[in-house]
Amino acid sequence: MSTIDAPAALALPLLEVRGVTKHYSGVCALKDVDLDIRAGEVHAVIGENGAGKSTLMKILAGVQLPDSGGVFLHGEPAVIDSVHTALELGISMIHQELNLADNLNVGANIFLGREPHRRVFIDFASINRQSQEYLDLISLDVSPKTVVDQLTIGKQQMVEIAKALSATAKILIMDEPTSSLTQHEAEQLFAVIKQLRDQHVAIIYISHRLGEVSELADRVTVLRDGEIAGTLQRNEIDHDSMVQLMVGRDISQFYAREDHDIGAPLLEVTNLRTTTFPQHALQFSVAAGEIVGLAGLVGAGRTEVLCALFGVTPANSLEIKVAGKPIAITNPRDAIDAGLALVPEDRKQQGLFLDMSIRQNIGTPGLARHQRRFGFLNTTREREDSAQMSEEMHIKSTDDQQQAQYLSGGNQQKVVLGKWLAMQPRVLLLDEPTRGVDIGAKQEIYRLMEELAEQGVAILFVSSEMEEVLSMSDRVLVMHEGQITGQLARDQLTEEAVMQLATGSSPRVPATVPAN
Amino acid sequence: MKKNLGIFGLLTFVCVLTALFSEGFLSDFNIENLIRRTALFGIISIGVALVIITAGIDLSIGSVVCLVGCLVPWLLVDQGWGVPLTLLVILLVSLGIGLLHGLLITKLKLQPFVVTLCGLLIYRGVTRGFLDDQTTGFKGQFDGLRQIALGVIPLPGTEIGIPVPCLILLVVAIGAAVFLNLTIYGRYLLALGRNEEAARYSGINTDRMIILAYVLCSLLAGLGGLLFVCDVGSAQPVDFGNFYELYAIAAAVLGGCSLRGGEGSILGVILGTAVMRVLKNSITMIDQIPNKIEFAVIGLVILGGVAVDELLKRYAARRRVIVQARADTVP
Repeated sequence: MSTIDAPAALALPLLEVRGVTKHYSGVCALKDVDLDIRAGEVHAVIGENGAGKSTLMKILAGVQLPDSGGVFLHGEPAVIDSVHTALELGISMIHQELNLADNLNVGANIFLGREPHRRVFIDFASINRQSQEYLDLISLDVSPKTVVDQLTIGKQQMVEIAKALSATAKILIMDEPTSSLTQHEAEQLFAVIKQLRDQHVAIIYISHRLGEVSELADRVTVLRDGEIAGTLQRNEIDHDSMVQLMVGRDISQFYAREDHDIGAPLLEVTNLRTTTFPQHALQFSVAAGEIVGLAGLVGAGRTEVLCALFGVTPANSLEIKVAGKPIAITNPRDAIDAGLALVPEDRKQQGLFLDMSIRQNIGTPGLARHQRRFGFLNTTREREDSAQMSEEMHIKSTDDQQQAQYLSGGNQQKVVLGKWLAMQPRVLLLDEPTRGVDIGAKQEIYRLMEELAEQGVAILFVSSEMEEVLSMSDRVLVMHEGQITGQLARDQLTEEAVMQLATGSSPRVPATVPAN
Repeated sequence: MKKNLGIFGLLTFVCVLTALFSEGFLSDFNIENLIRRTALFGIISIGVALVIITAGIDLSIGSVVCLVGCLVPWLLVDQGWGVPLTLLVILLVSLGIGLLHGLLITKLKLQPFVVTLCGLLIYRGVTRGFLDDQTTGFKGQFDGLRQIALGVIPLPGTEIGIPVPCLILLVVAIGAAVFLNLTIYGRYLLALGRNEEAARYSGINTDRMIILAYVLCSLLAGLGGLLFVCDVGSAQPVDFGNFYELYAIAAAVLGGCSLRGGEGSILGVILGTAVMRVLKNSITMIDQIPNKIEFAVIGLVILGGVAVDELLKRYAARRRVIVQARADTVP
């Protein structure tokens, strides 16, 4: 080995993925994936939401085992059956959500679970000395004795890197590392990443920020629908070629929507500043009978828009008109009274009372509206609403006294939809309406969206599924980092145009916006 | 109903056992007294049950009982105030305490345990300081008012009668049960106790409902304080109402309230209170059990009851999974 010169050694793959396939409850998340990672390279892995990036990384980090195919390290087959094994093999993953105990100091975090000790006593001197070495290695000017919650997110991220290095990581997987960093922090991170690369660490870099991928990556592998769409070499990497590989699937078979009439603007929003992205004032409208898709990558601020409109997290500023009438929204009650309804992103936590019956779940939003004198429950109305919605939605259950927790994901989602449709909303906000829902229920939800639009309901829906956005929307608003980067009418709607806007580059189709 | 069968069984078991081992248990005097004490404790237990249903807790009940219990004779006898004015004052005091707890918990987002623990310390300390640890009492006056605790409505043709507190409990219990089960507010309490986030997303003003629960709890504690002092005749700031919050919480938990929130029935809480009172009574009545170990016995019975309940629930859940699986395999 010693006779081989350095560049050639670097060209040998450190880690090889061969033919990895993974299914989740019947859905194919990864299909026959091959990938090789060399020492001393930054290898970016990109793809749309749900393309399979997370699954692939979970397999490398030992969180999950593949159904078939395998992983080779230094040419030897390796079974990575736990996070512990992955660490022993030198594979460390830094998750998007940082995993630090923020009540402990930096040194304690770096050596968490592997504390140097003398008998039962922790050897603090040794922790501090060794931590300092790793901190110096990445030029992080922080004392090992600083408590983590005193550090900025950017520095916490660096501590994660030091922790990974201390576990003798040869391969560092970073999942969206810059998503909560400032520009300056991100630049410092890039400097550290480049430095690590020069020290022959292999870095797998997951990001949907194509700008930073262009800057950092030595190679880029693009995943699409669980398959490798292609790998770009350093000299081939540019924004357009990445987008080209990310898009390009056939959606004609997905869901055939009928054309229908669109009425006057029903929901008009101006000067919406969410608490997450207060620097951007958003403006848009949804017409009666119109289905508007709100597209963008995870973290673009789409859920924040819906939560602000519904008063769950009241916006910093918001001017909103429903059917021409200005309204003030400070809590969900205001929104409901104005005719809005929100099917939230997290069905089990935000949408349902899991240990209450279907009937009570459907009845809850309408209790106040249908109450009898002195606040007595209108149980007749509740029963009727529940019966009607169970029938219209085709909720499959023993009866409507069944607890929501015993229903399938699709039927649970129908209960959430039912509880809002019983309120006869004029504006329906849907956040990932088909997430975790089987194909049959998906089709029913689409059919329902169409029917509601035909009845004149204005629908604004967030979806990370490209097919859904493309086939269901009359118009698409695309968000990127808190900003609406463009609108696409139905005839301008292509996957490529959406991705261009979602990744923050100017669209190549002229996004002529119909004047509101 | 079905859920209350277990606790009803436990109550019957303890009663039968005590009746077998002690002569005096079934005497008219003892039964009447037992019912009276159960009624008094039942009222404060219902209060804390409403709070526990929101997944909260109120540890200040005993101290509120002390504050109100000491204040009533002091205002009436020592200050010479009229009954209506005195009642108005204690109504406002307990309402204010509940409101304060509710606001601190919802608006300042303090933990219920901490807020009401501080309440426990503060109200007792204030009462003791204010009255300089002196016992306050009716001194033989206000027998009319004291009938709300001491009075007995004779049942025609029998030797025994119904204690007035029992009627008060009945009114409170029916009111609470109607509130909890038949009004939208009761449903809101149960819903937010199960999943506060989903309740908020459903348009429920969760803060307002939580404040309401703490207000009702303190009001019932205040009513309890009034009744307790009318029952006993005097109140000593050092120990009046000591541990009552724990008796009330224990009764609510025995009666099927989950400290995780969202669960509880008023009938269950009353049965739970009855178990607590009968246990205490039986330790006094049965000579073989030394009084010294009273707390140990009560603790063990509650622990046993709650553990059996949990095991039964798990068994039921497993049965349901099996039944469900069978239903799924049959096409």
